[in-house]
Amino acid sequence: MTIRPASDRSLLVVFGDRICAESYAEVARLTHSLAGARGILNLHPAYASVLIDFDPRRHTHRQIEALVRDCLQIPHPPDPLPRLVEIPVRFGGEFGPDLEDVAHHTGLAPERVVDLFAAADYLVYFVGFSTCFPYLGGLPAELATPRLSAPRKNVPEGSVAIGGSQAGVYPLASPGGWRLIGRTALRLFDPQGAPPPLLRMGDRVRFLAEGSA
Amino acid sequence: MSGLLVVSPGLLTTVQDLGRFGWAHFGVSASGAADPFALRAGNLLVGNAENAAALEMTLMGGAFEFEAGAVVALTGSDFGAGLPLWSPVEVKAGQTVRCGPSQSGARCYLCVRGGIGVPKVMGSASTHVMTGVGGRALRKGDILPIGNEAVRKPRGDAKDVPRLPSGDALLVTGGPQAESFGDELYRGVYIVSEESNRMGLRLHGPAIPSSAGQMLTEGVPLGAVQVPPDGQPIVLFVEHQTTGGYPKPANVISADFRRLGQLRPRDQVSFERVTIEQALRLLQRQEQWLYGL
Repeated sequence: MTIRPASDRSLLVVFGDRICAESYAEVARLTHSLAGARGILNLHPAYASVLIDFDPRRHTHRQIEALVRDCLQIPHPPDPLPRLVEIPVRFGGEFGPDLEDVAHHTGLAPERVVDLFAAADYLVYFVGFSTCFPYLGGLPAELATPRLSAPRKNVPEGSVAIGGSQAGVYPLASPGGWRLIGRTALRLFDPQGAPPPLLRMGDRVRFLAEGSA
Repeated sequence: MSGLLVVSPGLLTTVQDLGRFGWAHFGVSASGAADPFALRAGNLLVGNAENAAALEMTLMGGAFEFEAGAVVALTGSDFGAGLPLWSPVEVKAGQTVRCGPSQSGARCYLCVRGGIGVPKVMGSASTHVMTGVGGRALRKGDILPIGNEAVRKPRGDAKDVPRLPSGDALLVTGGPQAESFGDELYRGVYIVSEESNRMGLRLHGPAIPSSAGQMLTEGVPLGAVQVPPDGQPIVLFVEHQTTGGYPKPANVISADFRRLGQLRPRDQVSFERVTIEQALRLLQRQEQWLYGL
Protein backbone atom coordinates (compact mmCIF):
# COMPACT_ATOMS: atom_id res chain seq x y z
CA MET A 1 0.00 0.00 0.00
CA THR A 2 1.21 3.52 -0.78
CA ILE A 3 -0.22 6.80 0.50
CA ARG A 4 0.67 10.05 -1.24
CA PRO A 5 -0.78 13.53 -1.70
CA ALA A 6 -2.67 13.98 -4.98
CA SER A 7 -3.16 17.71 -4.34
CA ASP A 8 -2.96 20.18 -1.44
CA ARG A 9 -6.40 18.94 -0.34
CA SER A 10 -6.39 15.22 -1.17
CA LEU A 11 -4.60 11.98 -0.42
CA LEU A 12 -4.40 8.93 -2.72
CA VAL A 13 -4.26 5.49 -1.11
CA VAL A 14 -3.16 2.80 -3.59
CA PHE A 15 -3.48 -0.92 -2.80
CA GLY A 16 -2.20 -2.34 -6.09
CA ASP A 17 -1.96 -1.89 -9.82
CA ARG A 18 -4.44 -4.46 -11.11
CA ILE A 19 -8.09 -5.42 -10.85
CA CYS A 20 -8.43 -8.25 -8.32
CA ALA A 21 -10.55 -9.40 -5.40
CA GLU A 22 -7.87 -8.56 -2.81
CA SER A 23 -7.58 -4.91 -3.83
CA TYR A 24 -11.36 -4.65 -4.13
CA ALA A 25 -11.73 -5.89 -0.54
CA GLU A 26 -9.27 -3.26 0.75
CA VAL A 27 -10.94 -0.48 -1.24
CA ALA A 28 -14.40 -1.45 0.01
CA ARG A 29 -13.19 -1.71 3.59
CA LEU A 30 -11.46 1.69 3.61
CA THR A 31 -14.37 3.37 1.81
CA HIS A 32 -16.92 2.02 4.29
CA SER A 33 -14.86 2.80 7.36
CA LEU A 34 -14.13 6.39 6.23
CA ALA A 35 -17.71 7.14 5.16
CA GLY A 36 -19.01 9.97 7.30
CA ALA A 37 -15.66 10.51 9.08
CA ARG A 38 -15.30 14.06 10.28
CA GLY A 39 -13.31 16.41 8.04
CA ILE A 40 -13.54 14.22 4.96
CA LEU A 41 -15.34 15.90 2.09
CA ASN A 42 -15.39 13.17 -0.54
CA LEU A 43 -14.23 9.62 -1.14
CA HIS A 44 -13.40 8.38 -4.64
CA PRO A 45 -13.02 4.58 -4.58
CA ALA A 46 -11.69 2.91 -7.74
CA TYR A 47 -10.42 -0.59 -8.67
CA ALA A 48 -7.39 -0.57 -6.40
CA SER A 49 -7.27 2.89 -4.82
CA VAL A 50 -9.22 5.41 -2.79
CA LEU A 51 -8.82 9.17 -3.23
CA ILE A 52 -9.73 11.16 -0.11
CA ASP A 53 -10.68 14.87 -0.39
CA PHE A 54 -10.48 16.87 2.81
CA ASP A 55 -10.67 20.49 3.93
CA PRO A 56 -7.06 21.73 4.13
CA ARG A 57 -8.09 24.50 6.53
CA ARG A 58 -9.03 21.88 9.10
CA HIS A 59 -6.78 18.89 8.47
CA THR A 60 -3.27 18.10 7.27
CA HIS A 61 -2.19 15.28 4.99
CA ARG A 62 -0.47 13.74 7.99
CA GLN A 63 -3.67 13.67 10.05
CA ILE A 64 -5.66 12.08 7.25
CA GLU A 65 -2.91 9.53 6.66
CA ALA A 66 -3.02 8.59 10.37
CA LEU A 67 -6.81 8.21 10.11
CA VAL A 68 -6.38 5.88 7.11
CA ARG A 69 -3.83 3.74 8.95
CA ASP A 70 -6.12 3.53 11.99
CA CYS A 71 -9.03 2.43 9.81
CA LEU A 72 -6.92 -0.32 8.24
CA GLN A 73 -5.86 -1.61 11.68
CA ILE A 74 -9.36 -2.13 13.00
CA PRO A 75 -10.64 -5.67 12.36
CA HIS A 76 -13.31 -5.32 9.77
CA PRO A 77 -16.85 -6.52 10.48
CA PRO A 78 -18.01 -9.15 8.00
CA ASP A 79 -19.41 -7.64 4.83
CA PRO A 80 -23.18 -7.38 4.74
CA LEU A 81 -24.80 -9.90 2.40
CA PRO A 82 -24.46 -8.45 -1.09
CA ARG A 83 -27.61 -7.24 -2.74
CA LEU A 84 -28.53 -8.88 -6.04
CA VAL A 85 -29.85 -6.40 -8.61
CA GLU A 86 -31.47 -7.76 -11.76
CA ILE A 87 -31.46 -5.51 -14.80
CA PRO A 88 -33.81 -6.22 -17.71
CA VAL A 89 -32.13 -5.40 -21.02
CA ARG A 90 -33.23 -5.26 -24.64
CA PHE A 91 -30.20 -6.39 -26.62
CA GLY A 92 -29.16 -5.51 -30.16
CA GLY A 93 -30.85 -3.50 -32.89
CA GLU A 94 -31.40 0.17 -32.08
CA PHE A 95 -30.79 -0.58 -28.38
CA GLY A 96 -27.38 -2.16 -28.91
CA PRO A 97 -25.86 -0.70 -32.07
CA ASP A 98 -22.44 -2.30 -31.35
CA LEU A 99 -23.69 -5.88 -30.74
CA GLU A 100 -22.74 -6.88 -34.31
CA ASP A 101 -19.26 -5.38 -33.85
CA VAL A 102 -18.76 -7.28 -30.59
CA ALA A 103 -19.92 -10.48 -32.34
CA HIS A 104 -17.52 -9.81 -35.19
CA HIS A 105 -14.61 -9.02 -32.87
CA THR A 106 -15.17 -12.08 -30.66
CA GLY A 107 -16.02 -14.45 -33.52
CA LEU A 108 -19.31 -15.39 -31.84
CA ALA A 109 -22.87 -15.18 -33.14
CA PRO A 110 -24.77 -12.15 -31.73
CA GLU A 111 -27.20 -14.51 -29.97
CA ARG A 112 -24.25 -16.27 -28.31
CA VAL A 113 -22.83 -12.91 -27.14
CA VAL A 114 -26.17 -12.11 -25.51
CA ASP A 115 -26.43 -15.58 -23.91
CA LEU A 116 -22.93 -15.38 -22.45
CA PHE A 117 -23.39 -11.79 -21.26
CA ALA A 118 -26.71 -12.59 -19.56
CA ALA A 119 -25.44 -15.83 -17.98
CA ALA A 120 -22.60 -14.12 -16.07
CA ASP A 121 -22.58 -12.76 -12.50
CA TYR A 122 -21.19 -9.25 -12.14
CA LEU A 123 -19.80 -7.31 -9.20
CA VAL A 124 -19.97 -3.51 -8.87
CA TYR A 125 -16.30 -2.73 -8.15
CA PHE A 126 -17.02 0.95 -7.70
CA VAL A 127 -19.23 3.77 -8.93
CA GLY A 128 -17.68 6.84 -10.51
CA PHE A 129 -16.90 8.58 -13.80
CA SER A 130 -19.84 10.78 -14.58
CA THR A 131 -22.67 10.36 -12.09
CA CYS A 132 -23.41 6.87 -10.80
CA PHE A 133 -21.64 4.91 -13.55
CA PRO A 134 -21.15 1.36 -12.18
CA TYR A 135 -17.83 -0.32 -13.07
CA LEU A 136 -18.65 -4.03 -13.33
CA GLY A 137 -16.22 -6.92 -13.09
CA GLY A 138 -17.18 -10.42 -14.20
CA LEU A 139 -17.46 -10.04 -17.96
CA PRO A 140 -16.74 -13.45 -19.57
CA ALA A 141 -13.22 -13.20 -21.00
CA GLU A 142 -14.34 -14.21 -24.49
CA LEU A 143 -16.57 -11.10 -24.69
CA ALA A 144 -13.79 -8.55 -24.08
CA THR A 145 -13.85 -5.99 -26.88
CA PRO A 146 -11.75 -2.82 -27.16
CA ARG A 147 -13.38 0.57 -26.78
CA LEU A 148 -14.32 2.65 -29.82
CA SER A 149 -11.34 4.51 -31.26
CA ALA A 150 -13.38 7.75 -31.12
CA PRO A 151 -16.00 8.06 -28.35
CA ARG A 152 -19.62 8.77 -29.21
CA LYS A 153 -20.79 12.29 -28.42
CA ASN A 154 -24.09 11.04 -27.04
CA VAL A 155 -24.71 7.60 -25.55
CA PRO A 156 -28.42 7.14 -24.64
CA GLU A 157 -29.42 6.77 -20.99
CA GLY A 158 -29.59 3.13 -19.86
CA SER A 159 -27.13 1.82 -22.46
CA VAL A 160 -25.49 -1.46 -21.41
CA ALA A 161 -21.92 -1.55 -22.62
CA ILE A 162 -18.62 -3.42 -22.84
CA GLY A 163 -15.33 -1.52 -22.47
CA GLY A 164 -12.34 -3.84 -22.81
CA SER A 165 -12.77 -6.49 -20.08
CA GLN A 166 -15.28 -4.39 -18.13
CA ALA A 167 -19.02 -3.94 -18.36
CA GLY A 168 -21.13 -0.96 -17.35
CA VAL A 169 -24.43 0.86 -17.71
CA TYR A 170 -24.73 4.55 -18.65
CA PRO A 171 -26.99 6.12 -15.99
CA LEU A 172 -27.55 9.34 -17.96
CA ALA A 173 -27.10 10.33 -21.59
CA SER A 174 -23.44 11.29 -21.90
CA PRO A 175 -20.43 10.97 -24.18
CA GLY A 176 -18.81 7.55 -24.05
CA GLY A 177 -16.45 5.17 -25.83
CA TRP A 178 -17.71 1.76 -24.70
CA ARG A 179 -19.45 -0.73 -27.04
CA LEU A 180 -23.22 -0.52 -26.67
CA ILE A 181 -24.91 -3.94 -26.78
CA GLY A 182 -28.31 -3.22 -25.22
CA ARG A 183 -30.39 -0.83 -23.17
CA THR A 184 -32.39 -0.99 -19.95
CA ALA A 185 -35.46 1.02 -19.10
CA LEU A 186 -34.55 0.88 -15.39
CA ARG A 187 -33.41 4.26 -14.07
CA LEU A 188 -30.05 3.98 -12.33
CA PHE A 189 -30.21 7.52 -11.06
CA ASP A 190 -32.75 10.32 -10.93
CA PRO A 191 -31.15 13.79 -11.04
CA GLN A 192 -34.28 15.26 -9.46
CA GLY A 193 -34.21 12.76 -6.63
CA ALA A 194 -31.38 11.77 -4.38
CA PRO A 195 -28.93 8.89 -4.13
CA PRO A 196 -28.34 6.14 -3.44
CA PRO A 197 -28.31 5.14 -7.07
CA LEU A 198 -29.68 1.75 -8.09
CA LEU A 199 -26.20 0.18 -8.27
CA ARG A 200 -23.68 0.58 -5.44
CA MET A 201 -20.23 -0.73 -4.69
CA GLY A 202 -20.44 -4.40 -3.68
CA ASP A 203 -23.75 -5.14 -5.39
CA ARG A 204 -24.08 -8.32 -7.43
CA VAL A 205 -25.67 -7.73 -10.85
CA ARG A 206 -27.38 -9.97 -13.41
CA PHE A 207 -28.69 -8.91 -16.78
CA LEU A 208 -31.96 -10.42 -17.99
CA ALA A 209 -32.65 -10.54 -21.74
CA GLU A 210 -36.01 -8.91 -22.31
CA GLY A 211 -38.15 -9.56 -25.42
CA SER A 212 -36.50 -10.42 -28.71
CA ALA A 213 -33.41 -8.68 -29.97
CA MET B 1 -42.73 36.50 -0.81
CA SER B 2 -40.06 38.61 -2.41
CA GLY B 3 -38.26 37.21 -5.40
CA LEU B 4 -35.94 37.91 -8.23
CA LEU B 5 -37.14 37.82 -11.86
CA VAL B 6 -34.77 36.75 -14.62
CA VAL B 7 -35.33 39.46 -17.24
CA SER B 8 -32.52 38.04 -19.36
CA PRO B 9 -30.32 35.11 -18.34
CA GLY B 10 -27.06 36.08 -20.06
CA LEU B 11 -24.85 33.42 -21.64
CA LEU B 12 -24.80 30.87 -18.79
CA THR B 13 -26.13 31.89 -15.40
CA THR B 14 -26.62 29.27 -12.68
CA VAL B 15 -27.37 29.09 -8.98
CA GLN B 16 -24.23 28.07 -7.06
CA ASP B 17 -23.14 27.64 -3.48
CA LEU B 18 -19.82 26.11 -2.38
CA GLY B 19 -20.75 22.66 -3.71
CA ARG B 20 -22.28 19.29 -3.04
CA PHE B 21 -19.93 17.16 -0.96
CA GLY B 22 -20.13 13.55 0.14
CA TRP B 23 -21.34 11.97 -3.12
CA ALA B 24 -18.13 11.35 -5.10
CA HIS B 25 -18.39 7.62 -4.32
CA PHE B 26 -21.55 7.72 -6.43
CA GLY B 27 -19.76 9.57 -9.22
CA VAL B 28 -21.26 12.97 -8.38
CA SER B 29 -18.65 15.73 -8.25
CA ALA B 30 -19.10 18.73 -6.00
CA SER B 31 -19.91 21.39 -8.63
CA GLY B 32 -20.30 24.73 -6.80
CA ALA B 33 -18.94 28.20 -7.55
CA ALA B 34 -16.15 28.23 -10.14
CA ASP B 35 -14.56 31.13 -8.21
CA PRO B 36 -15.34 30.15 -4.60
CA PHE B 37 -13.38 33.11 -3.24
CA ALA B 38 -15.65 35.61 -5.02
CA LEU B 39 -18.80 33.77 -3.85
CA ARG B 40 -17.66 33.68 -0.23
CA ALA B 41 -16.61 37.33 -0.26
CA GLY B 42 -19.94 38.39 -1.77
CA ASN B 43 -21.90 36.43 0.81
CA LEU B 44 -19.86 37.85 3.69
CA LEU B 45 -20.34 41.41 2.36
CA VAL B 46 -24.16 41.11 2.36
CA GLY B 47 -24.14 39.38 5.76
CA ASN B 48 -24.90 35.85 4.57
CA ALA B 49 -23.48 32.53 5.65
CA GLU B 50 -20.55 32.07 3.26
CA ASN B 51 -22.13 28.96 1.69
CA ALA B 52 -25.37 30.77 0.72
CA ALA B 53 -26.47 30.32 -2.90
CA ALA B 54 -25.90 33.14 -5.39
CA LEU B 55 -26.01 33.66 -9.15
CA GLU B 56 -22.91 32.80 -11.15
CA MET B 57 -22.75 34.58 -14.50
CA THR B 58 -20.39 33.47 -17.27
CA LEU B 59 -18.73 35.80 -19.84
CA MET B 60 -21.99 37.67 -20.56
CA GLY B 61 -24.18 38.66 -17.64
CA GLY B 62 -27.95 38.83 -17.34
CA ALA B 63 -30.58 41.26 -16.02
CA PHE B 64 -32.45 40.59 -12.79
CA GLU B 65 -35.44 42.51 -11.42
CA PHE B 66 -36.01 42.64 -7.67
CA GLU B 67 -39.64 42.47 -6.53
CA ALA B 68 -38.73 43.94 -3.14
CA GLY B 69 -35.84 45.98 -1.84
CA ALA B 70 -32.66 43.97 -1.24
CA VAL B 71 -28.98 44.23 -0.42
CA VAL B 72 -26.70 42.75 -3.08
CA ALA B 73 -22.98 42.46 -3.81
CA LEU B 74 -21.30 41.89 -7.16
CA THR B 75 -17.96 40.09 -6.90
CA GLY B 76 -15.51 38.40 -9.22
CA SER B 77 -15.06 40.02 -12.62
CA ASP B 78 -16.52 43.33 -13.77
CA PHE B 79 -19.56 42.68 -15.98
CA GLY B 80 -20.32 46.39 -16.40
CA ALA B 81 -23.38 46.57 -14.13
CA GLY B 82 -22.66 50.19 -13.21
CA LEU B 83 -22.61 49.28 -9.51
CA PRO B 84 -19.50 49.16 -7.32
CA LEU B 85 -17.89 45.71 -7.13
CA TRP B 86 -16.92 44.02 -3.82
CA SER B 87 -19.36 46.21 -1.93
CA PRO B 88 -22.83 45.77 -0.41
CA VAL B 89 -25.34 47.82 -2.42
CA GLU B 90 -29.02 48.51 -1.70
CA VAL B 91 -31.45 47.97 -4.56
CA LYS B 92 -35.04 49.23 -4.48
CA ALA B 93 -38.24 47.30 -5.17
CA GLY B 94 -38.71 47.07 -8.93
CA GLN B 95 -35.06 47.87 -9.68
CA THR B 96 -33.23 45.81 -12.31
CA VAL B 97 -29.55 44.91 -11.93
CA ARG B 98 -28.34 44.74 -15.53
CA CYS B 99 -25.00 43.12 -16.35
CA GLY B 100 -23.30 42.93 -19.71
CA PRO B 101 -20.21 41.41 -21.28
CA SER B 102 -17.25 40.75 -19.04
CA GLN B 103 -14.64 43.46 -18.90
CA SER B 104 -12.07 41.26 -17.14
CA GLY B 105 -12.38 37.54 -16.25
CA ALA B 106 -14.89 34.78 -16.94
CA ARG B 107 -17.28 35.03 -13.99
CA CYS B 108 -19.25 37.52 -11.92
CA TYR B 109 -21.35 36.67 -8.85
CA LEU B 110 -24.55 38.38 -7.81
CA CYS B 111 -24.97 37.69 -4.10
CA VAL B 112 -28.25 38.71 -2.45
CA ARG B 113 -28.78 39.19 1.27
CA GLY B 114 -30.65 36.05 2.38
CA GLY B 115 -29.24 33.99 -0.50
CA ILE B 116 -31.11 32.46 -3.42
CA GLY B 117 -33.72 30.25 -1.75
CA VAL B 118 -33.96 27.35 -4.22
CA PRO B 119 -34.49 23.86 -2.76
CA LYS B 120 -31.32 21.94 -1.97
CA VAL B 121 -30.68 18.66 -3.76
CA MET B 122 -28.41 16.24 -1.90
CA GLY B 123 -27.50 19.00 0.53
CA SER B 124 -26.60 21.74 -1.93
CA ALA B 125 -28.29 24.39 -4.06
CA SER B 126 -25.55 24.17 -6.70
CA THR B 127 -26.46 23.46 -10.29
CA HIS B 128 -24.42 20.67 -11.87
CA VAL B 129 -24.91 21.84 -15.45
CA MET B 130 -23.67 18.72 -17.24
CA THR B 131 -26.00 16.28 -15.40
CA GLY B 132 -28.89 18.48 -14.29
CA VAL B 133 -28.36 17.63 -10.62
CA GLY B 134 -29.63 20.61 -8.63
CA GLY B 135 -31.35 22.34 -11.53
CA ARG B 136 -30.49 23.93 -14.87
CA ALA B 137 -29.14 27.15 -16.34
CA LEU B 138 -31.50 30.08 -15.75
CA ARG B 139 -33.99 31.10 -18.44
CA LYS B 140 -35.86 34.30 -19.13
CA GLY B 141 -38.95 34.49 -16.91
CA ASP B 142 -37.62 32.30 -14.11
CA ILE B 143 -38.50 33.65 -10.67
CA LEU B 144 -36.12 32.80 -7.85
CA PRO B 145 -37.10 33.14 -4.19
CA ILE B 146 -34.84 34.99 -1.76
CA GLY B 147 -33.75 32.73 1.10
CA ASN B 148 -33.10 33.24 4.79
CA GLU B 149 -29.33 32.73 4.98
CA ALA B 150 -28.62 36.20 6.38
CA VAL B 151 -26.71 35.72 9.63
CA ARG B 152 -25.39 39.20 10.45
CA LYS B 153 -25.45 42.79 9.27
CA PRO B 154 -24.09 43.69 5.83
CA ARG B 155 -20.43 44.76 5.91
CA GLY B 156 -18.71 47.84 4.63
CA ASP B 157 -16.83 47.85 1.34
CA ALA B 158 -14.09 45.28 0.95
CA LYS B 159 -10.65 46.86 1.20
CA ASP B 160 -7.64 45.73 -0.80
CA VAL B 161 -9.26 42.80 -2.60
CA PRO B 162 -6.42 40.35 -3.29
CA ARG B 163 -5.73 40.92 -6.97
CA LEU B 164 -5.81 38.20 -9.57
CA PRO B 165 -2.25 38.01 -10.87
CA SER B 166 -3.37 37.41 -14.46
CA GLY B 167 0.10 37.36 -15.98
CA ASP B 168 1.63 34.99 -13.46
CA ALA B 169 1.79 31.24 -13.75
CA LEU B 170 -0.88 29.02 -12.23
CA LEU B 171 0.65 27.42 -9.16
CA VAL B 172 0.57 23.64 -8.91
CA THR B 173 1.79 20.87 -6.64
CA GLY B 174 3.04 17.57 -8.05
CA GLY B 175 0.35 15.08 -9.10
CA PRO B 176 0.28 11.33 -8.38
CA GLN B 177 2.12 10.48 -11.63
CA ALA B 178 4.59 13.41 -11.52
CA GLU B 179 7.55 11.00 -11.88
CA SER B 180 6.28 9.89 -15.29
CA PHE B 181 6.75 13.41 -16.66
CA GLY B 182 9.68 15.70 -17.42
CA ASP B 183 9.57 19.48 -17.00
CA GLU B 184 7.73 20.20 -20.27
CA LEU B 185 4.57 21.29 -18.42
CA TYR B 186 6.57 24.06 -16.76
CA ARG B 187 8.19 25.37 -19.95
CA GLY B 188 5.23 25.81 -22.29
CA VAL B 189 2.60 28.51 -22.64
CA TYR B 190 -0.91 27.13 -23.13
CA ILE B 191 -4.07 28.67 -24.55
CA VAL B 192 -7.47 28.01 -22.93
CA SER B 193 -9.62 26.32 -25.60
CA GLU B 194 -13.15 27.35 -26.57
CA GLU B 195 -14.26 23.81 -25.65
CA SER B 196 -13.59 24.48 -21.97
CA ASN B 197 -16.52 24.32 -19.57
CA ARG B 198 -17.28 23.66 -15.91
CA MET B 199 -16.11 20.04 -16.34
CA GLY B 200 -12.65 20.90 -17.53
CA LEU B 201 -10.38 23.56 -18.97
CA ARG B 202 -8.87 22.20 -22.16
CA LEU B 203 -5.48 23.70 -22.94
CA HIS B 204 -3.68 23.86 -26.29
CA GLY B 205 0.06 24.17 -26.57
CA PRO B 206 3.26 22.14 -26.79
CA ALA B 207 2.44 18.43 -26.32
CA ILE B 208 3.54 16.97 -22.97
CA PRO B 209 5.22 13.55 -23.26
CA SER B 210 4.63 10.94 -20.57
CA SER B 211 6.10 7.54 -19.77
CA ALA B 212 3.06 6.53 -17.72
CA GLY B 213 1.45 4.24 -20.33
CA GLN B 214 -1.87 2.53 -19.55
CA MET B 215 -2.90 3.02 -15.95
CA LEU B 216 -5.75 1.76 -13.83
CA THR B 217 -8.68 4.14 -13.38
CA GLU B 218 -8.32 6.06 -10.09
CA GLY B 219 -10.01 8.91 -8.25
CA VAL B 220 -9.27 12.43 -9.50
CA PRO B 221 -9.42 15.64 -7.45
CA LEU B 222 -10.49 19.17 -8.38
CA GLY B 223 -7.74 21.03 -10.21
CA ALA B 224 -5.96 17.90 -11.45
CA VAL B 225 -3.89 18.49 -14.58
CA GLN B 226 -4.42 15.34 -16.64
CA VAL B 227 -2.59 14.54 -19.85
CA PRO B 228 -4.34 12.29 -22.40
CA PRO B 229 -2.29 10.51 -25.11
CA ASP B 230 -2.36 13.58 -27.39
CA GLY B 231 -0.29 15.45 -24.78
CA GLN B 232 -2.70 18.41 -24.50
CA PRO B 233 -3.43 19.00 -20.79
CA ILE B 234 -6.92 19.27 -19.30
CA VAL B 235 -7.43 20.91 -15.90
CA LEU B 236 -10.33 19.15 -14.16
CA PHE B 237 -12.80 21.73 -12.96
CA VAL B 238 -15.78 21.95 -10.58
CA GLU B 239 -17.99 19.48 -12.51
CA HIS B 240 -15.12 17.09 -13.14
CA GLN B 241 -15.46 13.35 -13.47
CA THR B 242 -14.78 11.60 -10.15
CA THR B 243 -12.53 8.88 -11.60
CA GLY B 244 -10.24 8.77 -14.61
CA GLY B 245 -7.43 6.87 -16.26
CA TYR B 246 -5.08 9.56 -17.60
CA PRO B 247 -1.81 10.36 -15.81
CA LYS B 248 -1.59 13.59 -13.82
CA PRO B 249 1.72 15.47 -13.56
CA ALA B 250 0.34 18.27 -11.37
CA ASN B 251 -2.61 19.72 -9.47
CA VAL B 252 -3.61 23.39 -9.23
CA ILE B 253 -3.36 24.65 -5.64
CA SER B 254 -6.50 25.54 -3.67
CA ALA B 255 -5.53 29.22 -3.46
CA ASP B 256 -5.56 29.40 -7.28
CA PHE B 257 -9.01 27.82 -7.81
CA ARG B 258 -10.36 31.37 -8.04
CA ARG B 259 -8.02 32.03 -10.94
CA LEU B 260 -9.23 28.89 -12.74
CA GLY B 261 -12.77 30.24 -12.37
CA GLN B 262 -11.80 33.50 -14.04
CA LEU B 263 -9.95 32.02 -17.04
CA ARG B 264 -11.61 32.76 -20.36
CA PRO B 265 -11.27 31.02 -23.72
CA ARG B 266 -8.07 32.22 -25.46
CA ASP B 267 -6.42 33.28 -22.18
CA GLN B 268 -2.79 32.22 -21.82
CA VAL B 269 -1.70 29.88 -19.04
CA SER B 270 1.63 28.64 -17.76
CA PHE B 271 2.46 26.54 -14.72
CA GLU B 272 4.86 26.84 -11.80
CA ARG B 273 5.44 24.14 -9.21
CA VAL B 274 5.33 24.89 -5.47
CA THR B 275 5.43 22.67 -2.39
CA ILE B 276 2.32 21.72 -0.45
CA GLU B 277 3.58 23.87 2.44
CA GLN B 278 3.79 26.93 0.13
CA ALA B 279 0.33 26.13 -1.26
CA LEU B 280 -1.17 26.02 2.23
CA ARG B 281 0.50 29.30 3.24
CA LEU B 282 -1.06 31.02 0.19
CA LEU B 283 -4.45 29.54 1.09
CA GLN B 284 -4.08 30.81 4.65
CA ARG B 285 -3.37 34.33 3.37
CA GLN B 286 -6.61 34.26 1.35
CA GLU B 287 -8.55 32.96 4.35
CA GLN B 288 -7.20 35.75 6.56
CA TRP B 289 -8.44 38.35 4.10
CA LEU B 290 -11.91 36.74 4.03
CA TYR B 291 -12.04 36.56 7.83
CA GLY B 292 -11.28 40.28 7.88
CA LEU B 293 -14.55 41.06 6.05
